[in-house]
Amino acid sequence: MPVNIFLILGMGLLVGFVSGMFGIGGGFLMTPLLIFVGVPPAVSVASVASHVAASSFSGALSYWRKNAIDLALGFMLLGGGLIGTALGVWLFTALRALDQLDLVISVLYLLLLTSVGFLMMVEGLRAIARARFGNPVPLRRAGMHNWMHGLPLKVRFKRSKIYVSAIPVWLIGLSMGFLGAIMGIGGGFILVPMLIYFLRVPTATVIGTSMVLTLVTMAAATVMHASTNHLVDAVLALILMVGGVTGAQFGARLGQRMRGEWLRLLLGVLVLAVGIKFAVDLVARPAEPYSIRVEETAP
Amino acid sequence: MIRIMIRAGLALALLLSAGIAPAAAEQLIVSLSNHRVLVTSSFTGEHLVLFGTIEPDAPRGPVRNNYDVVVTVTGPATSLRTRRKERIAGIWINNASRQFVNVPSYLAVLSNRSLEGITDETQRRRLQIGLDNFILKQRVGPDFADTVPDDPFRAAFVRIQTDAGFYREDAAGVTFLTPTVFRAEIPLPSTAPTGSYAVDAMVFSRGELIVQGNSALEVVKAGFEQFVATAAHDYGLIYGLITALMALATGWFASVVFRRD
Repeated sequence: MPVNIFLILGMGLLVGFVSGMFGIGGGFLMTPLLIFVGVPPAVSVASVASHVAASSFSGALSYWRKNAIDLALGFMLLGGGLIGTALGVWLFTALRALDQLDLVISVLYLLLLTSVGFLMMVEGLRAIARARFGNPVPLRRAGMHNWMHGLPLKVRFKRSKIYVSAIPVWLIGLSMGFLGAIMGIGGGFILVPMLIYFLRVPTATVIGTSMVLTLVTMAAATVMHASTNHLVDAVLALILMVGGVTGAQFGARLGQRMRGEWLRLLLGVLVLAVGIKFAVDLVARPAEPYSIRVEETAP
Repeated sequence: MIRIMIRAGLALALLLSAGIAPAAAEQLIVSLSNHRVLVTSSFTGEHLVLFGTIEPDAPRGPVRNNYDVVVTVTGPATSLRTRRKERIAGIWINNASRQFVNVPSYLAVLSNRSLEGITDETQRRRLQIGLDNFILKQRVGPDFADTVPDDPFRAAFVRIQTDAGFYREDAAGVTFLTPTVFRAEIPLPSTAPTGSYAVDAMVFSRGELIVQGNSALEVVKAGFEQFVATAAHDYGLIYGLITALMALATGWFASVVFRRD
């Protein structure tokens, strides 16, 4: 692939730095950046999957040492996650055959990034305003129960001290696996809020557990993309991984020194900006409206 | 007696006719600098050189001196689909498509001067000289045919392939060292498709094709690149497993190296 190796390494470092600073996987920044420098979207998604697996394994190990992982919950999420990954890879292959994969990837990124970015930015601004004007509105204390707790098939997760229905657990796993396979994201930045809001997973175990899900679904996505679409570029992935895990260490150090609300505002702006770039690319007249793809099967 | 004379006369006539028959034209001898191009991890493209000499067919045969040469290099056949983005509901979406069937993955047309100057359009079309005249078979509805050169899909196809370095037309690609010896530089991009390439040289004089010669070369991936390329395609599952393991190893390594607790 005619893309500069140092550019990729630099991007790995940069995204790693940002991901370390905000405590996120970074797939949702890495995949768009690769697409913007000219790596085909399909190759970007498939290769970033392995990069996300590497960074979440590194994170999961350190949470494991702190005993901050709910394995029972993790395994149940994985049940849905692996099915979702398989569905995602299947849809990915089908869309690719129709030459609509790039469009779907762009539209999904546009929707996801602009909405998440906007919410984060608003939330960050509110938090800053609250801190500045000194009338701290107490965070709306979430009730101990919501409608999800009325669902059947309840399971008790001892480590997280929660008693919830298995249905939302499977559904959350399924949707994350599905999005991960199509978009090349671990999805920690959506998964963690979902686990907290819907399942009331305590902060002590939420990040470690989400990393277990990300790790396994993304490793599975790598294997599935490689065996069905032959799109994983191991060399590209390795450069990204090395850059990513290194950059993350420096990012984490800076992140610890920054105020939480500023951090969230900054991340929101960043995410929103990437989302807007997708919107612009979809609407702007392409410089070259034609594209060529090698047919997998010659007639 | 008369019979013998007739025989002798016939023999003489045959002999004479052999002598005054238009001399069998020149012959062309071509040689490539390299028949096998190895694509290794450090491959950044290569220029192959084709040498050719135009010689009289018989000793002391007539040799002209106003030769023109066109060298056409075609890479392994492939099938490609060209898509056109169209604006639908405000966004640009891949819509119409055209399939190019068994077209060369690499196509270079090199000549010593502009193709228009070498021979007329009828000949160029008949001999498929130049990117405009090379037959690029397309699936058009139920038929397979080539279209006019300025068909939007064909033009876009040639443009994209040219930008990528796969197709080229170079009117200065052939240089004459002497009036009968020429060299042609065949540029292979770093992304040159692997497989066998056909090299076809045509010699013209005053607009007429007088002799043709051909050669072949092979582009093969070697070493690590070859290993990775075959592994990715033929052993996708194992390749994926190894990549996933590599990811885990990197993650584990990072957590050990940067351990903070």
